[in-house]
Amino acid sequence: MPAQKPRLAVWKFASCDGCQLTLLDCEDHLLAVAGAVDVAYFPEATRGEISGRYDVSLVEGSITTTHDAARIQDVRARSNILVTIGACATAGGIQALRNFANVKEYISIVYARPDYISTLATSTPIAAHVKVDYELRGCPIDKRQLIELISALLAGRKPVTPAHSVCLQCKLKGNVCVMVAHGKPCLGPVTHAGCGALCPSYDRGCYGCFGPKETPNTVSLSRQMAHLGMDEKNIKRVFSTFNVNAEEFRAERQRHDS
Amino acid sequence: MTTDGAGSGPTAIIERRDLQALFDVLLQRGYRVVGPTRRDEAIVYDDIAVIDQLPAGWTDEQEGGRYRLKRREDAALFGYAVGPHSWKKFLHAPIQQLWRARREGDKTTVEHEPPRPERFALVGVRACELHAIAIQDKVFLNGEHADPHYRARRNDAFIVSVNCGKAGGTCFCVSMNTGPKVAGGFDLNLTELLDGGQHRFLIEAGSDAGREVLDQLPKRPATSQDAKAADAVIAATASSMGRSMKSDDVHQLLLRNLDHVRWNNVAERCLACSNCTMVCPTCFCTSVEEASDLTGTESSRSRRWDSCFTMDYSYVHGGSVRSTTRSRYRQWMTHKLSTWHDQFGTSGCVGCGRCITWCPVGIDITEEVAAIRSSEPH
Ligand code: SF4
Ligand code: SF4
Ligand code: SF4
Ligand code: SF4
Repeated sequence: MPAQKPRLAVWKFASCDGCQLTLLDCEDHLLAVAGAVDVAYFPEATRGEISGRYDVSLVEGSITTTHDAARIQDVRARSNILVTIGACATAGGIQALRNFANVKEYISIVYARPDYISTLATSTPIAAHVKVDYELRGCPIDKRQLIELISALLAGRKPVTPAHSVCLQCKLKGNVCVMVAHGKPCLGPVTHAGCGALCPSYDRGCYGCFGPKETPNTVSLSRQMAHLGMDEKNIKRVFSTFNVNAEEFRAERQRHDS
Repeated sequence: MTTDGAGSGPTAIIERRDLQALFDVLLQRGYRVVGPTRRDEAIVYDDIAVIDQLPAGWTDEQEGGRYRLKRREDAALFGYAVGPHSWKKFLHAPIQQLWRARREGDKTTVEHEPPRPERFALVGVRACELHAIAIQDKVFLNGEHADPHYRARRNDAFIVSVNCGKAGGTCFCVSMNTGPKVAGGFDLNLTELLDGGQHRFLIEAGSDAGREVLDQLPKRPATSQDAKAADAVIAATASSMGRSMKSDDVHQLLLRNLDHVRWNNVAERCLACSNCTMVCPTCFCTSVEEASDLTGTESSRSRRWDSCFTMDYSYVHGGSVRSTTRSRYRQWMTHKLSTWHDQFGTSGCVGCGRCITWCPVGIDITEEVAAIRSSEPH
């Protein structure tokens, strides 16, 4: 153990707070986390001023304003290790749907005083702005993965967050495949593992919360989902959620954009 | 553990209404009885204690990428083919702890995970599955690096096999010379007979342990009529295989065609999802994972099923050797059908059809072989 506890900060950009709350939701582990690191900046849980450098920064949320685009540069400069947590930070989040629409129009529909709103035309992942050392996928992230990441960083080893399919986790659990046995479309074969195959374990197809896995073949999966009866509009829709701005999902969405 | 070769000895008949006795005797003898049962619209392998947990009156329809349960017109207990699970989930656990280490002050102690013996009674093992178990035995029980965890789960296993009464839509055991007739490697072997409105089982023992259990069961001697009925069941199954594959020369066929365009074609369909390797009863690959706790006092190592379809699988310093799906699919298929022969002296495929049924996009190993074969001059 280092003589001084590593300083940890949790930063929020455009997001719903769900991923940060995963840290507070770590129940049994929370005290151990607090014992192992000095949580120096975490507005959701503690008072603390931004000051000096941080050994580890967990960054939640995407970049949607010029102010945040500047702020992430400051966070990067203050951080030894920068970890993005959740689909907003790693891919741009659900709010990245704006990347495919006219933001000005949205604003005029949603806000009473559009002139008060200052925002960028896009929602972009943190990695589009600064160098990211590790990422935790998910909407929200998985708390076991978060504990694993912090434990690994403390031990100076690589976190075990494999980029293979959800199917592999599904099979480790002995689940019956919902696609093959129930004819339900499932994004598991193209989605990054990490959730423990949560939805297929409850008899639903995977929604792709963890974004594209390594080498995803979305074209072949779409063909099979069409074969199972899904129409073009719905295929476009399943690739238009939390990870819509992730490269491979965005490309697949566009393929069904008729 | 099974000892004899083929089941010789006299055969007997046990009535359907008496079959619970088999479960009772196995449980009394301290076995953990596992077998087929219906769950989540499939027939899976799980702990079972009573005969009512078997999927009476159910069957399955299987195609590439498709599996559906259907009602049978009779109340057969084993009237379906193999499902999503294989016995490897019991004998070669999906996740296995290997060791733990603890640091106290300056001292670090390492504790190896002791093998935990388990007495499984596997009920309803098919001929192809017996071959698959024999193949995994070869992998795990031989040589310098025999696996103590597999051995602890395998050594005392009691196997109740079943001659298949129905071929699945993706079965091709006949092509692989692994079924549908059970030919050794069991303690007790059953053939389910439903002819003449009499629901009964032809039963034979293949080991001393099997004979001991058989002695305790209510039964009558089998007649030549019963034996004929059993032969007819097996013959009907053998003639209704859902798939076939010419296997005698496939070893060389694939190795001659490592640059075939068909590998590109299949890579365009393959999701590299790893389902085929996970469901395959002979695939044995694992990855090793480290864990450490937040306080830095405990760490451990475990292994879990892995697949040659993941990028990590072929990761060496600097990157993955098999970065394309083409190279990963080719690894899987050539290992199953070609290089397994070089490595272990048998095929790595027993023709169970699981990889075809449980591939989300229905990629069919028999079709891929046929496609490559058809491009060669005869
Ligand atoms: S249910 Fe979905 S995630 Fe699970 S094996 Fe099937 S396709 Fe993959
Ligand atoms: S390769 Fe396919 S058919 Fe052959 S044993 Fe494995 S799962 Fe069964
Ligand atoms: S086919 Fe792949 S996963 Fe299966 S045993 Fe061979 S290398 Fe391992
Ligand atoms: S062959 Fe099918 S099951 Fe195997 S990795 Fe490819 S898509 Fe997945």
